[in-house]
Amino acid sequence: MLIYWELFKTFLTIGLFSFGGGFAMLPLIRQEVAIQHGWMTETQFIDMLAISEMTPGPIAVNTATFVGHGQAGILGGLAATFAVVLPSFVVVSILYHFVKRFRQNQAVDTFFKGLRVVVIGLIAAGFVSVLFDSVQDIRAGLIAVFTFYIVTYKKAHPVLAIVIAAVLSLVLYWG
Amino acid sequence: MLWQLFKTFFLIGAFTFGGGVAMIPIIEKEVVDNHKWLSQEEFLDALAISQSSPGVLAANMSTYIGHRLMGFPGAVVSCLGAVLPSFLIITVIATFFMNFRDHPVAEKLFMGIRPAVAGLIGSAVFVMTRRMQMNLIKALTIIGVAILVGWFGMNPILFLIGGGVVSVLYDKMKPNKTEKKSE
Repeated sequence: MLIYWELFKTFLTIGLFSFGGGFAMLPLIRQEVAIQHGWMTETQFIDMLAISEMTPGPIAVNTATFVGHGQAGILGGLAATFAVVLPSFVVVSILYHFVKRFRQNQAVDTFFKGLRVVVIGLIAAGFVSVLFDSVQDIRAGLIAVFTFYIVTYKKAHPVLAIVIAAVLSLVLYWG
Repeated sequence: MLWQLFKTFFLIGAFTFGGGVAMIPIIEKEVVDNHKWLSQEEFLDALAISQSSPGVLAANMSTYIGHRLMGFPGAVVSCLGAVLPSFLIITVIATFFMNFRDHPVAEKLFMGIRPAVAGLIGSAVFVMTRRMQMNLIKALTIIGVAILVGWFGMNPILFLIGGGVVSVLYDKMKPNKTEKKSE
């Protein structure tokens, strides 16, 4: 029973403090899931990110289902997924009924402008930790640079970029 | 109608890769153009509130639109529809992936996939910073957060709240300067 509560609590926090979309939450998810609870290693966390990028759906929901399932089977996946979505549902339901024209409030607007800068910083933080966890030799460095290039400048779809990286990986790490 | 809502958001959830931001144009197409459930204006309101609320963007959008169309039951059904595909797909993958992960070929594949994930995130940072009007304070904030959170493992929640609060305080202290932290 304890594990369900722990999963619920952790993913409720992640859901409650997620601003700015999937990538911005990576540092929080990583700290909670890999470092604090040890539910997966840092490397497994990156594998899970790759799977999230290749499957439909929000990264936070994918992570919740994946981690919950790994820790406590289908029920664990259900508890974690429910928890990560709950803050969305509650907060938006409240705002829907009580707030009209939310953004016209000057202070709220300024608050979110400041938040947006931090969000980019958090995505950059996710980049830093994933980079150091994943690039251990020159071949890996080449794949990282190549992926950056085709996604940024050639507008390659992330799914395609990961498939290409997988093929490159087989070639470079053969034997 | 409830079924229609569920089906629409289920399909959106099942066919959008890359999470929230990728979903916005697809939700717009379905909800505004195809079903004509919301006007363009209402859609932008929904988007503004969804982006300002904590939580998963897809869940926020579906909850708001569900409320708007069919009240509480509509919100439940839409949100469920948006999240269910992800839950089902990952449950299936989690069941099988655990067996296949230790296979030597899988390990070789992931050796290259991991740095690719770094490349993807790096690209997101690059594109976002290029799009915003950069100044020294913003650049230092981004680099500072990246190092303190990414390298030293400081708590990201602290920075989120701090960033918002500092921005409001800064704005209050300089009421006559109009070009502070804009976009």
